[in-house]
Amino acid sequence: MTSNEKNNSESGRFLHSIRLQGDLCKGCINCLKRCPTEAIRIRRGKSRIIKEYCTDCGECIRICPYHAKKATYDSLDSMADYEYTIALPPPELYPQFNNLEEKSVVLNALISFGFNDVYEVAAAAEQVSEITRKLIKEKKAQLPIISSACPSVTRLIRVKFPNLVENISPVVSPAEFAANAAVRRAQLVTGLPREKIGVFLIAPCPAKVTEIYSPLGIKKSEIDKAIALKDIYPRLLPLMKEVAAGETRHQLPHEINKAGRIGVSWGGHGGEAGGLLTDNYLAVDGITNVIKALEDLEDDKFKNLEFIELNACCGGCVGGVLAVENPYMAKVKLNILRKYLPVSGARIDEAVPPYAYRNEEIEYMPVFNLGGTVEESINLMKAIDKLIEKFPGLDCGCCGAPTCRAHAEDVAKGYATEKECIHILRELYNATGAED
Amino acid sequence: MNVLELHYDVPGDDFTRAGEASSAIKNKLKQMGISPNVIRNVAIATYEGEINMVIHANGGTIDVAIDSDAVTLLLKDTGDGIPDVELAMREGYTTAKEEIRALGFGAGMGLPNMKKYTDEFELTSEVGKGTEVKMKVYLNK
Repeated sequence: MTSNEKNNSESGRFLHSIRLQGDLCKGCINCLKRCPTEAIRIRRGKSRIIKEYCTDCGECIRICPYHAKKATYDSLDSMADYEYTIALPPPELYPQFNNLEEKSVVLNALISFGFNDVYEVAAAAEQVSEITRKLIKEKKAQLPIISSACPSVTRLIRVKFPNLVENISPVVSPAEFAANAAVRRAQLVTGLPREKIGVFLIAPCPAKVTEIYSPLGIKKSEIDKAIALKDIYPRLLPLMKEVAAGETRHQLPHEINKAGRIGVSWGGHGGEAGGLLTDNYLAVDGITNVIKALEDLEDDKFKNLEFIELNACCGGCVGGVLAVENPYMAKVKLNILRKYLPVSGARIDEAVPPYAYRNEEIEYMPVFNLGGTVEESINLMKAIDKLIEKFPGLDCGCCGAPTCRAHAEDVAKGYATEKECIHILRELYNATGAED
Repeated sequence: MNVLELHYDVPGDDFTRAGEASSAIKNKLKQMGISPNVIRNVAIATYEGEINMVIHANGGTIDVAIDSDAVTLLLKDTGDGIPDVELAMREGYTTAKEEIRALGFGAGMGLPNMKKYTDEFELTSEVGKGTEVKMKVYLNK
């Protein structure tokens, strides 16, 4: 896999981490029909992504029977680019393994693998939970606060839910918090300049890869590389055996195994909201359910909520497309692992560090606008409503658009023609009398 | 003036479909370059109206007219009508049955909210015949 360029330019704002392996794509309609934002079209027999509409949710990767959709991420070899490397293992990493009794086994295996330091994202999650609890208590943020942890959700809000942008949590994601804390510690311990320190997130999904290269709500991510959970998984297995057998002992200057129950629970659906110790929360998983919840929220249908946890993947982050274990089995294992942990191991000791907060506004991007002005949009909407009547309403996808409505929009905007509809084509053919 | 007209039928007594029309209207407005604030106001006003028609009037119709000046909404039903409009407009006044209130509806905020979120609000009702609500939200204000 090639690595993405770090890019915050205009085109970089709609960067996404899903690519098509063209020779494997058969041009079928599986991804076309599954995409929750209708970001896919089949053109010239291949699946194409409209990048402004894509939120990196990974549904197309999940559904493609030919494995033609791939997530891009950084290779494990990129560790060689740095003098000092830090691994950021997310809580969803732990329940990928069978019979894991102690998460310290995974953390030490990461050191065996070659990382100089490890900072648990789960530990940062507990700190993020603590800061968020305070924000809610002091009413210092727009309530209900929508979690900023799932990048696919924040991207969805940015293009589809203008009235909810303000509700996105002002606190950064746990991964970003962990990176900031870890970098500061590393610089203190090693005295190395920032560019010689490499921060590696073990990513469960392509959205988290995008989030480091084109972050929303922060100017620049402190995470340097995103490696795939599924890539490091098989490499950790033998190392974990050695650690568990007592054959490996690492001397580390500080405690790396800090996260308690609250942080570890963030790996699965509902855990994040649970960490806020309030009953006035809503937790929704699965991208289509998330969209429905956001629509209802937008209409003020939910009252008195303080916090909203939204996970694009079913089951939460354990359900990411770069994870290995079945997400529901992973949740079972997460529960077992949690059992003997303290409630919370990582606290905010002193003042809340400034990096805990986002430093950029998230701006609504009206990418679904039909025309440049209301007048233009009215004309296009009229043309679309007229075109719709000609189409059969089967939403068959044969034209390359996910629905008859989407095709009508494409035709009105000049991106496609009516005759791409096979039902219209058949009528034209029949009209020639050729069927006799 | 160039006007986009939309028509929706609201079926009565089917809570699973309540909100369908206002959601469809909202999603159309989102494609038209209309400001988020206006979309929010229209969405809340139509949703409240739609729920009212489902709860009290066994359904009705919603007609929307969009031009570059305003969104105009006309909600019509052939329900029982409202005997005392002034009373009905009071916040918290409700005639909804207990089982409806148990669902979280009928808090007596429907009509006041429709008025609050729109720039023009006009309600005419005749007992035994039905109710008509005309609302307008200006695009640039």
